[in-house]
Amino acid sequence: MRQTEPVIFELSRPGRSARSQQPAAAQVNIPESLKRRQPPRLPEVSELQAVRHYTRLSQLNFSIDTNFYPLGSCTMKYNPKVCNSLAMLPEFLARHPLAPESTGQGFLSCMYELQGMLEAVTGMKAVSLTPMAGAQGEFAGVAMIRAYHRARGDLQRDEIIVPEAAHGTNPATATMCGMKVREIPCGEDGDVDVAALEAALGPRTAGIMLTNPSTLGVFERRIRDIAAKVHAAGGLLYYDGANLNAILGKVRPGDMGFDVIHMNLHKTFSTPHGGGGPGSGAVGVSERLRPFLPVPVVGRDGGRYRWLDERDLPQTIGRLSGFMGNAGVLLRAYVYMRILGREGMREVAEYSTLNANYLLARLRAIGYEPAYPGRRASHEFIITLQRQAREQGVTAMDFAKRLLDHGYHAPTTYFPLLVPECLLIEPTETEAREELDGFIAAMASLLEEASREPEKLKGAPWTTPVRRLDDVRAARQLDLTWQASPAA
Amino acid sequence: MSQVPADLRYTRSHEWVRQLPDGSVEVGITDHAQAALGDLVFVEVPEGGRTVGSGDAFAVVESVKAASDVYAPIAGEVISGNDALATRPELINEEPYGQGYIARLRPGSAAEIEGLLDAAQYTAHLASEA
Amino acid sequence: MSYIPHTEEDVRLMLETIGADSIEALFDEIPPELKIKELSGIPPALGEMEVARMMHERAARDGRPLNFIGAGAYEHHIPAPVWAITTRGEIYSAYTPYQAEASQGTLQVIYEYQSMMAALTGMEVSNASLYDGASGLAEACLMAVRAHRRSSSSRILIPRTVNPTYRSCVEAIAGTQGLQFVDLPYVRESGRIDLTALDALAGDDVTALVLQQPNFFGQLEDVDALVNWAHERGALVIAVVNPTSLALLKPPGEWGSRGVDIACGEGQPLGVPLSSGGPYFGFLTTRSQHVRQMPGRIVGRTVDLEGRPGFTLTLQAREQHIRRGKATSNICTNQGLLMTAATIYMSLLGPTGLERVAAACMERTGQLVEALTRVPGVRPAFTGARFHEAVLQMDRPVGPVLEGLAARGIVGGLDLSRSHPELGHALLTCATETRTAEDIEHYAASLAEVLRSVQAA
Ligand SMILES: Cc1ncc(COP(=O)(O)O)c(C=O)c1O
Repeated sequence: MRQTEPVIFELSRPGRSARSQQPAAAQVNIPESLKRRQPPRLPEVSELQAVRHYTRLSQLNFSIDTNFYPLGSCTMKYNPKVCNSLAMLPEFLARHPLAPESTGQGFLSCMYELQGMLEAVTGMKAVSLTPMAGAQGEFAGVAMIRAYHRARGDLQRDEIIVPEAAHGTNPATATMCGMKVREIPCGEDGDVDVAALEAALGPRTAGIMLTNPSTLGVFERRIRDIAAKVHAAGGLLYYDGANLNAILGKVRPGDMGFDVIHMNLHKTFSTPHGGGGPGSGAVGVSERLRPFLPVPVVGRDGGRYRWLDERDLPQTIGRLSGFMGNAGVLLRAYVYMRILGREGMREVAEYSTLNANYLLARLRAIGYEPAYPGRRASHEFIITLQRQAREQGVTAMDFAKRLLDHGYHAPTTYFPLLVPECLLIEPTETEAREELDGFIAAMASLLEEASREPEKLKGAPWTTPVRRLDDVRAARQLDLTWQASPAA
Repeated sequence: MSQVPADLRYTRSHEWVRQLPDGSVEVGITDHAQAALGDLVFVEVPEGGRTVGSGDAFAVVESVKAASDVYAPIAGEVISGNDALATRPELINEEPYGQGYIARLRPGSAAEIEGLLDAAQYTAHLASEA
Repeated sequence: MSYIPHTEEDVRLMLETIGADSIEALFDEIPPELKIKELSGIPPALGEMEVARMMHERAARDGRPLNFIGAGAYEHHIPAPVWAITTRGEIYSAYTPYQAEASQGTLQVIYEYQSMMAALTGMEVSNASLYDGASGLAEACLMAVRAHRRSSSSRILIPRTVNPTYRSCVEAIAGTQGLQFVDLPYVRESGRIDLTALDALAGDDVTALVLQQPNFFGQLEDVDALVNWAHERGALVIAVVNPTSLALLKPPGEWGSRGVDIACGEGQPLGVPLSSGGPYFGFLTTRSQHVRQMPGRIVGRTVDLEGRPGFTLTLQAREQHIRRGKATSNICTNQGLLMTAATIYMSLLGPTGLERVAAACMERTGQLVEALTRVPGVRPAFTGARFHEAVLQMDRPVGPVLEGLAARGIVGGLDLSRSHPELGHALLTCATETRTAEDIEHYAASLAEVLRSVQAA
């Protein structure tokens, strides 16, 4: 399959258009000094040309609907079609965000119940749905921690502790909140180095950000102890919910001692990733952070749903979006949770863990090296290709690219950075055994190739629409927008 | 093996210093550092006139997969950044000790330069890091 | 009812391979005291049929009132191909294009989008989307502070003609890093920034001036003079613009003698349904010289091993997964799907179509103002040129009037009494190309009826 599709501007011809999409011409008066002089250079194509162009482009992608996508930390599970179709009912799509609450009781009831269900699965006391992705949920969480300390007059707490294996959004968020980042190491077994944590805790500690199971694919066993130590030092605990899939219906972050959590609804609750977004990073809090929740939040006054805003929550950290966040994503998550129900939640954790441990056992049996051999996999696990890199000169990147030739999306590579030449593998609960077996067979053939014909890996991929791309050139000779005659 | 010219001074964080006849110095990153970073795609050099303390982050080098701060090996005033790097960051990969220098500084004190590693000490440092 | 494919036989075989007795045994590293026995607070599972019925009922309860609100989100016609293509599984269920060879479709769409947004705003480079317009402005303010090294104050001027929710959002997101926000008043008659108030700022260090065009009231600001004023005193300018309007109005890249430094805004009007406020997307464009200070993903065109053109994420060293605590932003997941919809929308509309949409909106809003101000007790709040929104003043509180309209199936506009109490009983209202002459007459007639039943102040 070697396809390329011209850039849409190359299909453009002056005077061509999708006529049936245009309203009738209207005469308007605009002051001369405010008028646009040259029409914007947008493509001029027919409707069929546009449809064919974007349909063809879509066919150049891997996606969950077409390929197994074992991308660690991203929870690429099936996105049920019905979640999309029901969130796109015409009444929901047509509703203006500022329309009176009286015309949105159906929508608001879904949001109110969603808040309640998210509280129940996380063991938190209150939820705000407004953050628009995990990273914005993190921002909300750290901003609430900051507001909490300030409200108590505890102004010196300006440090956020993060394990070195943490996702990049954790330290980036701490900085955005005006905090200083203190990184602490992980031990040999993947758990947090408690001695290093104790050394880092002090009167400047605002809080700690943890993922559990961690980004290393293992459950942090001493979490209660860690929580006690952080609380004793006056800090609060933030739970990065990217890995909630692993424990849904089994264990709740609230019971572990966390004060605030974000959930990636686009992971655990199966809303689509859309080639980069949108997501939703709803946040849940313990009682002491409730006053600081970002607004708006849905409340209920005797049978009627309404928005709670700055008047109801005067200590709120404020607004993070123009309206209420990614409402359509939230509707999809709501539908998904209603379909799963109480029983289905637990099955998510159970079968995603079963699939991960099965993959780990089989990959290990054929010669792959787990990064944490003494540990149980959670819903994901890490293998390291350090030996292959040293002995055969093939890297994790080469393995990843070669998998594409087999029709499998690559696992997450080079994250966490802590483990050299790593692949972080997350099969999710919706994959059937045959799919996992096919992946294992492909991984076996890669090991073969690494020792017999390493060039097959180093030159991969061979069958995708393009071969490996020159990203050094991309960064040195920036070509970020189409020009009529692009610089050669 | 990476090159370690005998006439330069070095830091443990892989910068080098060359003393020029007029008392000013040239500063850059070592051959080892450029090889570890890979193909550089962008370099942010310091502006002339800025004063830096020793150990201050005063430049940034970027490859496709990483961005690293470059630390001032000594205190002093920046005379000029190497503007050629703005369009040709690859100079650092090609000639780390020559055209790929990062900036020229007027040192605060000559004694500080004497305190840096010499070529033999830096080579030993590289061996200990490997 | 989950989407689990496993048969009992599968489970048995898999556990055997793992060497575990039961699925529960796989959770043996979790301290037992943490495990919950039963999950309360979650209703029992439903089948697709039951869920569909429930959701149809809830949607029906909300109905489809006739909409006349804008205030940052606008109802436009969305061509059928836009969402038919956007919801194809290959787009909808793909991840962020980190594996470029497996994501050329997504990457090329982003490149086309960047090209279109740069063209529309008259700027040089664009990112691949931010969460929405309001949070995008917060990112633009933080970017301006990074880009403007010589300014030490981190002081941002935000006129009172900027959407007040945007202002709240900027304070919440950028305020934690010590930025200062300074008000600029507007002229009561025109609803535009008071140019004479600028003199009071002489001598103060200003990092950036924010300008919304059309402004929150729908009025058109004298952008040339404002941009030149800011640039003369060494401040950067951040434009907040409505993308539809740019088919008719001078793009921010051409404001004043050298154009603005950063342009941003809400992308929703470009093919994204109102959907109670999201998901939408924020756009952000700038000058080439500031590209390394941009937040968010950026796609570049390059070549593959065989020299054929292809697309990849680039300048990633700005981003959180590489720069961590020193990244330009913490954004990771963005609003890719909505950006895709917008790209298809702009391709289908083209320069002529978008210009017609913009002109139709302007015309309808003019008709709306005319029709509503014929109703006794209603008059325009401002004079001067506007785009597709207008502020009207009433002789009694707006809240009850809007409730009366809602009861008649009309969403009449936004009550400004909380955000702009100085305007008295003021209503912000809007008509886009989707409102017909009959719709407008129906609104006017209903308003007259409601005013007869609601007490005058
Ligand atoms: C561990 C972890 N934390 C945080 C995030 C950030 O979430 P988002 O991309 O939704 O902002 C991710 C997602 O990639 C993640 O894997």
